[in-house]
Amino acid sequence: MSAPLISVKEMHKWYAGVHALKGVNFDVRQREVVGLVGDNGAGKSTLIKILSGVHDPDKGEIYIEGEPVKIGSPKAAMRLGIETIYQDASMVPTMSIARNLFIGREPLWVALGGVGLIDHERMRRESMKALADVDLHLRSPDALLAELSGGQRQGVAIARAMHFKSRVLILDEPTNHLSVKETAKVLGFVRGLPAQGVTGILISHNLHHVFESCDRIVAMARGEIVFDKPVANTSIEEVQDYL
Amino acid sequence: MADRSARRDLRPAGANAERMGEGAVKNLFRIYMEKPELAGVALLIALAVVFEMRSGGAFLSGDNLRGILGLLPEVGLVSIGVTILMIGGEFDLSVGSTFALTPMATSLLIIAGVPAFLAILLGLAIAAAIGFANGFITLTFGIPSFITTLGMLFIVRSLTVVISGGFPPLLPDDLNTSAFTQFVGPGGLFRASFIWFVAIALAASAMLSLSNLGNWIRATGGHLEAAGAMGVPARRVKLFCFMLCSTMAGFGGVIQVFRLHSPLPSIGDGLELQAVAAAVIGGTALTGGVGTVLGAIVGALLIRVIDNGLVMSQVDANWFKFAVGGLTIFAVVSNAWLRRTARRLRVEA
Repeated sequence: MSAPLISVKEMHKWYAGVHALKGVNFDVRQREVVGLVGDNGAGKSTLIKILSGVHDPDKGEIYIEGEPVKIGSPKAAMRLGIETIYQDASMVPTMSIARNLFIGREPLWVALGGVGLIDHERMRRESMKALADVDLHLRSPDALLAELSGGQRQGVAIARAMHFKSRVLILDEPTNHLSVKETAKVLGFVRGLPAQGVTGILISHNLHHVFESCDRIVAMARGEIVFDKPVANTSIEEVQDYL
Repeated sequence: MADRSARRDLRPAGANAERMGEGAVKNLFRIYMEKPELAGVALLIALAVVFEMRSGGAFLSGDNLRGILGLLPEVGLVSIGVTILMIGGEFDLSVGSTFALTPMATSLLIIAGVPAFLAILLGLAIAAAIGFANGFITLTFGIPSFITTLGMLFIVRSLTVVISGGFPPLLPDDLNTSAFTQFVGPGGLFRASFIWFVAIALAASAMLSLSNLGNWIRATGGHLEAAGAMGVPARRVKLFCFMLCSTMAGFGGVIQVFRLHSPLPSIGDGLELQAVAAAVIGGTALTGGVGTVLGAIVGALLIRVIDNGLVMSQVDANWFKFAVGGLTIFAVVSNAWLRRTARRLRVEA
């Protein structure tokens, strides 16, 4: 069997004396969707933030396809093909859709030392394509994020992650504040990730959502992984006993 | 068809009117977000008309415009710097003091025999260092820039007085300041400093709307966590804005001192608050992320126009600060109202 896409070994993290991760071992295989569940403070957000480069681990290794890697910044995570969609914090409401899609990765005409002039024409064109690729049809790439509904914003975040050819898509509570219809759309999208060659990690409080869209369920409690089974071999009741 | 019109009749009376009202607010909100300086421009035109009529045609005369436009670059540069920093999500209350220290240092260097060009560059380097200190302290210790720069306001003002030796030094009589002070343009309407001002304003505006750096400044001020998560070097972006703001304030001070031909240690006193007022009147959001260079200029020009127009229409000039204060509060209140209303409409929609 080939090496897992992501492999986390003996990961530890302390926050001001709190032992947030206690030697976590966590594997994600190619083209599977893992549901990561657990109560508040169980450590799932910490684990995700380490994988997306927002936090540094205090101890432990990360391997991608068997190669040891250091994920020192969000940029480094993106270069490795790891894109993260946070529940609220990945869009700037006062900026246009096109500008939001390309924050930090703007297509440039000319550049000197990383700073240059944006190719607005290309940015708008690619924005519309990125949105259409995830079946989101919006009036214009110049509309402000603040004008969109919660579901549309989540759609833009998903479009951004897919546009940059992510290999792993981490979704942190993507269905918070969404209507029933919008939630179903996001879950359907997560379900379809493997078909597009993308591996997914879905963090959610809602076990029904996880059972609906994931292949495997991993539960965390008090900084440790306490449960790990394929969805087919377990039930909501069984998972609940571990939380 | 009949069915549809019947259904429309079942709606409570006034629902249509309410819907139209919602649409208007949404449009207002969009216009504000895309062109935050528009209200300021409208007010500027209205005031110009009023002052022109009240002053019997003297307000828009060449002589009077020369007076207004001659002072604009000095205050305008400070306002642009403060606006860009506010878009990036931080404040600078020390610009008035930097406005005084930079030309003081430059003048003392010139008097000591340093070539003027080099002395200006060294002065601006000192201004940039003040900006760096503001940013470094704010970001490293995680304290509000409001407080850091309030402290710096006193420190830098004190330094200015100390290095002046208590007496305003005189620039050498043979110092050629024509690159900033000579009158140019049709009828000598502008000083040369106005050309510097326009060039810098255009460059700042291009940086903000056409470059990726401008995108990062807006993202950093609009939603810091999102910018960081998307790989924007938010700390460096803020440091850059602090340094740019101080440097522009310093340059404004140099232009004023060359016009006055003597570096008074008291110049720029209270300018920090006028610059914030100009930024806010020009549509810059206190919360960061929203604002334009044109807005900063319109705000600064409005303040100059009110100052001058009150005198020209023979109103007691002591009403000046009252008018600027009222306008500032009105600008922030309407800005907040627009945001709140737009958000409420969205939640209901």
